[in-house]
Amino acid sequence: MITLPFLILFPAAVAALLLLVASDSWRRLIVKAGALIIGIASLYLLFITPEAGPEFFPVAFEPLTGLMFLAEMVIAAFLIYLGIKYKKYLAIFLVLAQAALLVYFETTAAAGVHTVPNLFIDQFSLIMALIIGIIGSLICVYALGYMSTYQEHHPDVRDRRRTFFFLMFFFLSAMFGVVFSNYLPWVFFFWELTTLCSFLLIGYSGTGEAVNNAFLALNMNLLGGLAFAGALLYLAFVSPGGQLLEISTLIQSGHVVALVPAVLIAFAGITKAALMPFSAWLVGAMVAPTPVSALLHSSTMVKAGVYIIVRFAPVLTGTMEGLIIGLVGGFTFLLASAIAISQSNAKKVLAYSTIANLGLIVACAGVGTYKLVWAAILLIIFHAIAKSLLFLCVGTVEHRIGSKDIEDMTGLIVRMPKVAVMMFIGIAGMFLAPFGMLISKWAAIEAFIEAQFGLIFVAILAFGGSITVLFWSKWMGKIISVCPVATKVENGIPREKWIALSFLTAMTVFICLAFPVISSHLIEPFVLSVYGQTARLSQDNITIMAMMLFLLMIMPFSMLWYRKSTKVVPPYMAGRPTTPDMHFLGSMGVQRQVNLGNYYFEEVFGEKRLFMAGTALCFGLILLMGTLTAGVAL
Amino acid sequence: MILLENALLFIILAPFIGGLVAGIDRKLTARMQGRVGPPLLQPFYDVGKLLQKEQIVVTPSQHFYILSYLVFIVVSGALFFAGGDLLLVIFAFTLAHIFLVLGAYSSYSPYSFIGAERELIQIIAYEPMIILSAVGMYLVTKSFFVWEIMGSSLPLILYLPGVFLGFLMVLTIKLRKSPFDLSTSHHAHQEIVKGVTTEFSGPMLARVEIAHWYENVFLLGFIYLFFAWSPPVAILAIIIVYLLEILVDNTFSRATWKFTLKSSWIIAGMMGLVNLGVLYYLSAVVPV
Amino acid sequence: MSTLSKSPWILHYDASSCNGCDIEVLACLSPLYDVERFGIINTGNPKHADVLVITGGVNEQNREVIKNLYHQMPDPKVVVAVGICASSGGVFRECYNIVGGIDCLIPVDVYVPGCAARPESIIDGIVKALSILEEKKEKMALPVRVASGGEQ
Ligand code: SF4
Repeated sequence: MITLPFLILFPAAVAALLLLVASDSWRRLIVKAGALIIGIASLYLLFITPEAGPEFFPVAFEPLTGLMFLAEMVIAAFLIYLGIKYKKYLAIFLVLAQAALLVYFETTAAAGVHTVPNLFIDQFSLIMALIIGIIGSLICVYALGYMSTYQEHHPDVRDRRRTFFFLMFFFLSAMFGVVFSNYLPWVFFFWELTTLCSFLLIGYSGTGEAVNNAFLALNMNLLGGLAFAGALLYLAFVSPGGQLLEISTLIQSGHVVALVPAVLIAFAGITKAALMPFSAWLVGAMVAPTPVSALLHSSTMVKAGVYIIVRFAPVLTGTMEGLIIGLVGGFTFLLASAIAISQSNAKKVLAYSTIANLGLIVACAGVGTYKLVWAAILLIIFHAIAKSLLFLCVGTVEHRIGSKDIEDMTGLIVRMPKVAVMMFIGIAGMFLAPFGMLISKWAAIEAFIEAQFGLIFVAILAFGGSITVLFWSKWMGKIISVCPVATKVENGIPREKWIALSFLTAMTVFICLAFPVISSHLIEPFVLSVYGQTARLSQDNITIMAMMLFLLMIMPFSMLWYRKSTKVVPPYMAGRPTTPDMHFLGSMGVQRQVNLGNYYFEEVFGEKRLFMAGTALCFGLILLMGTLTAGVAL
Repeated sequence: MILLENALLFIILAPFIGGLVAGIDRKLTARMQGRVGPPLLQPFYDVGKLLQKEQIVVTPSQHFYILSYLVFIVVSGALFFAGGDLLLVIFAFTLAHIFLVLGAYSSYSPYSFIGAERELIQIIAYEPMIILSAVGMYLVTKSFFVWEIMGSSLPLILYLPGVFLGFLMVLTIKLRKSPFDLSTSHHAHQEIVKGVTTEFSGPMLARVEIAHWYENVFLLGFIYLFFAWSPPVAILAIIIVYLLEILVDNTFSRATWKFTLKSSWIIAGMMGLVNLGVLYYLSAVVPV
Repeated sequence: MSTLSKSPWILHYDASSCNGCDIEVLACLSPLYDVERFGIINTGNPKHADVLVITGGVNEQNREVIKNLYHQMPDPKVVVAVGICASSGGVFRECYNIVGGIDCLIPVDVYVPGCAARPESIIDGIVKALSILEEKKEKMALPVRVASGGEQ
């Protein structure tokens, strides 16, 4: 089948083309056409993916693996060059260590390997591919509009848009590679490519902060990569023939052999998914232009991390190590949600909410029963859509009002009605019934009760879930408060942005309607083929939720009924004379303006305190897991 | 199995029961304070009056939020009495309250704004405990469906005493009783005027009031679940619990948000979690 | 009698009173007089109130406040001026800062005499106001009836 290699190579080809094209109009054309083709090709996968079980496609092209090795060495040299340039010695050290492991693997361990590397596709890969292909390319289209404004607003940042779009598309290539490769050294290769792309994109603006945060991301991900390389070496020693270097065989080979590499790879996944204690890099990554954040948070990068952990869930389930990974995820969920309460920077709130949700996904995958894997995949889908929508909304708002602070978004519903409604839907999608994320949380609660030690997770979900209610609703409240002075500033938003935003909004709603179908046609067959049994929501509940969604959708029409014949009076200001723009005469004859600010509960949910706690806790857990695994390995 | 008749009965009867309960509440409160108090049907007079008043708004969008609040409170209550999934009921219930909060936010009024923020704190204070209660019921009856929990012959209260106490604690928040009536109050606390409901008036306020009746009936129904094995005991329990709530209401003054959040998380969470932990452990050893 | 007069919610505003009348208004809420017997509740919020109870006269400081409060109350609404200060300016009438009774600013429906007004007369005044409330309600409904009649 040609579609898989096509999806891996085509975005790279588009990327290369974009690197060459300097004219803006050509770039627009190429990006749009490329995005369209990638989107269609990923949709096409829907028709060719087998109903049950994975399908394999051997790639009988000998030199490919060698070429990849060569590319890895070139990348290592490039990173070392950058490390020297910016005096980041830790990065150099990590790159060297990883390169050494790889050279060792290539020269000695891999010598006896004689399996033919293959690509594969099953429903899970398909879901991931759809997320990457559709959401990822929409974000690229959005970036067209965003980046031209960005360059206008930041004259001091060198216009390297060619490189930017090159990296964006290259990122998609790498992601397709990760989800389609069955041969672990290949997965590793694409894995490292995502690290490289994210590193370069975060550092795009070239400011000191950007460079520092880029290296932070690089270091943490290299640490994960090191663990991944360790897993490869371990496997090469355990099975000199190299059969176990394939994900499909490895997963079926049982706890005894598979556990150690699975834990190492899960560790790599934890760094990539930015769970605590590695959450700092994702928070730091928000210095990058917003489309980059959207890409990192929704369809690529962090999703690669959770993808690989969910892949290995069958190995992890029922083991102490799996439980610990689950706990790392669970605590990350709880603490990152709590931190989000104390943040007023919209991108930071989004970042912490991403970290929290990734934590939840990993918690599901670590405990890894079939019901939880079902919930985890559901979470991945819903999160990708709603989160990308939110990032793009924030990016749009930022360019119009010049701030990404939630406090400055007061009355957005008056100033930018359409974007505000989209943002509202996006936020609702993140935490309200009957939208997606809540369905998955609900499924997770039901599944955790039956799992081993599930009560801990249920408690985490009960508390963490309500915490998320707080920070999302107060944000919602900010944007819908009808501020009397606001002027409308919605015009002048480029068409590309509208396209991406409307698509994603439609998808957020549509996916809630379509989720029973998605569950029965994509998620359930996958879970069934891996575990032999599967989970689903009961028919009654689905009907009720559909009715709720329907109710929600007709509710706004009540406004038409009420529009006439109501008297509008100003808000109650204790009777003080107040001007229409909410100025009033305060004490001592001072004119003051009403200014309403949200609560942030700094002293309870402060970032520093909770981050320290989370880091200590999760670091301890990971150490414990390391010791346990080392015990198994030796 | 969804019992549509019960849902319909709830939709029709709940306002009457809720209003009556509110009337009894006010009468008893007055007696506790050495007053005669209003007529028993006073809550109905109040709502009747509100419905006759002119509708004024700060922004027309308030209508949308308050109507949604009422609708989703009714939906979640109806779903509960129809025997639906308890977790779904709780989520729909939260959704309804978010609408109330949004309605308060939408007016850009200082008092309702503070009320909205406090209401949110209340939501995060009570929601975990309510979910844990549902989980507790699941651990005993192996089902989240209300009709199955109702049909269970096990005395839930004996398995879930800690959970029940925790639930009582957050019930005080939900019934808007002192000391946890942070966001709005039936008493004459006026430091944030009427909190969330400050900017709702006339028929809109009537809707909020009616939603509150529905809500109270739903909450009393939740207490019933703990005693479902024997209806007379259950009714008695509901009466005792409600009397207790009125007593507490008249004994304490308003607490701060911090105290509310901490006490409900720590006390309720601990009681609930320890109870669940024991149950969980036991069910692993000897299946209930 | 509709439910309108069974549930009068009051908003008490202290204009420039000497606090004598205020204390008497609050006394009405105490167990001795217990106005909640008549469904009367002190709301402290014009948007919920039906009856505006004002003590003290109008001065330059509270002029706008009284107007604001009055305008933020939904119809039908009545105003009760409690005490002679509220009724006419009373002993402060000649003061440099006093404009006069409440009726120089907004229409007053019931005047409760006394300095200070006794709780009994305050309650009496509010109960009197209720019938006016009913009348106003009927007047409010009138134009609508005429309009619908015109269509037939
Ligand atoms: S009427 Fe008499 S008691 Fe009342 S405010 Fe005036 S001076 Fe004071």
